[in-house]
Amino acid sequence: MAEYEPVIGLEIHVQLQTRTKMFCGCELSFGDPPNTHTCPVCLGLPGALPVINEQAVRYATMIGLAFECEIARRSLFHRKNYFYPDSPKGYQISQYDEPICRGGRLDDVRIHRAHLEEDAAKLEHVSESGRIHGAERSVVDFNRCGTPLVEIVTEPDVRSPEHAREWLTLLRATLKALGVSDVDMSQGSLRVDANVSVRRVGTPELGVKTELKNMNSFRFLERGIKAEVERQVKLLKSDGAVELETLHFDPATGNLTPLRSKEEAHDYRYFPEPDLMPLEVSDDLFASARDALPELPAARADRFESELGLPAARARELAFRGELGDYFERVVAASSDGPTPSELANWIPQLVERIGSDADPASSRVSPESIATLAAMVHAREVSRDAAREVLTRLVSEGGDARAIIETEDLGALGDDGALGEIVDRALASDPSAAESVRVGNERALGPLVGYVMRETKGRADGGEVRRLILERLGAE
Amino acid sequence: MSELIEFTAAEAAARVRARDIDAGELFEAYRERAAGDELNAFTWVAPESPTVTADGPLGGVPFAAKDLFCTEGIPSQAGSRILEGYRPPYTATVVRKLSDAGAPLLGKTNQDEFAMGSSTENSGFGPALNPWDRARVPGGSSGGSAAAVAAGLAPWAIGTDTGGSIRQPAALCGIVGMKPTYGACSRYGMIAFASSLDQAGPLTRDVTDAALLLSKMVGRDVLDSTSLEFPGEIALPRADDLKGIRLGVPEELTGAEGGVEPGVRKSFEQTLALAEQLGAKVEPCRLPHAPHALSAYYLIAPAEASANLARFDGVRYGLRVGGEAGLTEMYNRTRAQGFGAEVKRRIMLGTYALSSGYYDAYYGTAQKVRTKISDDFRAAFERFDFVVTPTSPWVAFELGAKTDDPLAMYLNDFCTVPMPLAGIPAISIPSGLSDGLPVGFQLAGPAFSEQRLLEAAFALEQSIGFDGSPARG
Amino acid sequence: MLDRDQVLHVARLARLELTDPEVERMASELSHVLDHIEKIRELDLTGVAPTAHVVDAAGPLRADEPVECLDRDAVLAAAPAPVDGGFGVPSPGQAPA
Repeated sequence: MAEYEPVIGLEIHVQLQTRTKMFCGCELSFGDPPNTHTCPVCLGLPGALPVINEQAVRYATMIGLAFECEIARRSLFHRKNYFYPDSPKGYQISQYDEPICRGGRLDDVRIHRAHLEEDAAKLEHVSESGRIHGAERSVVDFNRCGTPLVEIVTEPDVRSPEHAREWLTLLRATLKALGVSDVDMSQGSLRVDANVSVRRVGTPELGVKTELKNMNSFRFLERGIKAEVERQVKLLKSDGAVELETLHFDPATGNLTPLRSKEEAHDYRYFPEPDLMPLEVSDDLFASARDALPELPAARADRFESELGLPAARARELAFRGELGDYFERVVAASSDGPTPSELANWIPQLVERIGSDADPASSRVSPESIATLAAMVHAREVSRDAAREVLTRLVSEGGDARAIIETEDLGALGDDGALGEIVDRALASDPSAAESVRVGNERALGPLVGYVMRETKGRADGGEVRRLILERLGAE
Repeated sequence: MSELIEFTAAEAAARVRARDIDAGELFEAYRERAAGDELNAFTWVAPESPTVTADGPLGGVPFAAKDLFCTEGIPSQAGSRILEGYRPPYTATVVRKLSDAGAPLLGKTNQDEFAMGSSTENSGFGPALNPWDRARVPGGSSGGSAAAVAAGLAPWAIGTDTGGSIRQPAALCGIVGMKPTYGACSRYGMIAFASSLDQAGPLTRDVTDAALLLSKMVGRDVLDSTSLEFPGEIALPRADDLKGIRLGVPEELTGAEGGVEPGVRKSFEQTLALAEQLGAKVEPCRLPHAPHALSAYYLIAPAEASANLARFDGVRYGLRVGGEAGLTEMYNRTRAQGFGAEVKRRIMLGTYALSSGYYDAYYGTAQKVRTKISDDFRAAFERFDFVVTPTSPWVAFELGAKTDDPLAMYLNDFCTVPMPLAGIPAISIPSGLSDGLPVGFQLAGPAFSEQRLLEAAFALEQSIGFDGSPARG
Repeated sequence: MLDRDQVLHVARLARLELTDPEVERMASELSHVLDHIEKIRELDLTGVAPTAHVVDAAGPLRADEPVECLDRDAVLAAAPAPVDGGFGVPSPGQAPA
């Protein structure tokens, strides 16, 4: 029904988890007193020269391999020239038209390129109240300056704000699995900008795109993209035109504001970095990168599907978030015969629902063993599914042992057919019209009848069993 | 005291090691002379003599370093007001190596601002003067180093050469100057002008001193990604003839186009004749793209410089002006006030050459011309051991004679610019006088041919017998 | 062939404030130099690769081992406006240009 569709590309900056900076031996740090991890190179002192960090190259190669990119055995660094206080040399050493990684894909989004560069310093705005004239002051801390970054640019294959969030979740899980970054948006080790445009559905041309920057979480990014798409559609529908600009989304107000005035595009005057030789990825380095690749989310999803028998969607759901996949595998390990892995897998979303979708199950009070126990008990009909879910809720808030809670709270399944049968009879008597509906084949009327029984049994009855008994009583099948 | 300064550096080093002379006295002799410098050759002189050890191959013989070498705690200004009084927190690798080899630092020498110039008139601290005639320039950009060595204010010195900045002042001051192969010496701690061209090198009284000093300067540095392993060790030269040496004379650089002065031409030809007497074969050779070297150079060097000098922004060190008016004003005014006219010109030229729409036509094209120049030399070295030219088309000119026309000043480098573009080494030795002023003879060889260059230069030097001293007052 | 507007544009890129007489002088001096330099554009350079690095060799990479860094006092010693351990600067009005 939509007239317009969003066309989104993402630009991701990943801070690498090396020990030292991209071009000098200063240690990486976070939160230390300002300017305590600096040297002539990262301060841009006169006469200083850059030297490439081998581990950063290895990590970039691993990222490229994980995204099925073509790894350039020989690539070039370029100077990207611009003046800003967070850029001590007046240029950033980056890669331009000969990057280390080209092409590739992650799930259904193609990667355009990935390259190495150095991070800028941190600029903090300090407002000086009481000053009448003159500029506000900023203070520069060079501890971060020179941290290795990999910039990943996608093709405009992202189709919606939700897709952006989902895909970024996979990206994050993949990078985390690689061990190349702690990918923490709140600490700035993962930064994402979005290029957003819209076009009429069915047309191949791309519309004018705007750039959304400085969003601190995937959720804010999703909302920001949504807001921008809406803005653009509204503009186009009223015969306006989208202008090339950079915008900031404020999640508190939902407003989009231009970050830069509409001046000419930057002239970065790129030229090959004369202080660095061409970057060569030797056979040894390439091999060590390839050998260091762990099982990545996409492969893990395949394994969950083919070896553990999970349905495709569930397999992806668990594999694409590292923490979920890890936790699930621990549940499987803690489980003996009884529930299938697929049944075990169904408990994870239940847990996620209760702890919040951004939380790590491993940090919750629910041990993988508890999940395994619950699943086993449900499988053996020792407890109803509904009761088990209630136990899970308890475990989340209080921790403890599943079996113990069931015993203490007397949540064990009603195995006694007689007692249950009696309650079923009462249900049918209480709502004859529903009973009649079911008898003539309207399955939907089962709802209120089952509900009655569940309420009466405080959820301890097994839902499936209740339905069976009702249908049996009514002679309907 | 004054006999101490008569020894060449190598002689002095040998005598110090033999305990004939005292290293401390040697330092003090030079320190006093440097402190009394009337040529504005020095921007800083050691206030007192350090405890000089006689250890080390350089025998405690002090050296002067061009202002742009970072020397910890000691002013390193690259001849610029934007760095006036700047004391770096670290020392350049080459300076450290020389200190480790036993040569203490005597002083920092005057230079054209950021090594941009051929006369030292672009210094932010006043020009240096030529000891042969104080109304004339010593050349540049390492003019202070050249003047100091020529006037006996320092036994030897280091400078940098990007388009001729060691060789040309050496020629104008009647001393020896050498630019090694690109990558032979570390650039770490050398305040950069043009990264792909800059090289450190010696300025000395004779070829033997040049060999000795250079031998301790070369070597790969982990802090400089463009530095290379130097094959073997540089030994003091001993050749006494040029038998079997083939010298190529490129008409492009020695003919009318270079504008070589008659007196210089004469000295050059006399030296060629001497070379033949020593057994060399002298023949014309072709470097077809050499006439375009200057143009390529004046696109590549300013382009790299425009980026290298962007760090001078008033944020972390050096001059800051206009901070109260806002960030952009701070940048604009700091740089306007701190940089001299020539530096601004080259920054503008370089920025333009890299700017959107012009990169291919200017910087891109210049880098292709550079390839052709390298190819020309490679072809020439298949037939010749060395390419020889006059170092400078003319002798030292008067202060102010060329400051009105930038292009006229650029032409100083006509014969010296092709070698850095190709990354190859070259040495200048004094070949005689013209109207009482020194003339330089240049030999250039393939990459890492320093030893052979020094040998050939030594043999010629012995034969020329140049009396290298302007009156040592 | 460099006019006033071009000079001003380049000066803006290079963060150089030029007085009006300087702008004029710069325009004429640079044009004069460029006239001479321009001649290289007449050369036939088809198929010639640009020299990005005069030595065609890859450099060894640096091991990811921490090295002692500078003492903060040394770092701030030359700072024109040190503030609480950092470098004070006027605030940028907007994002980098």
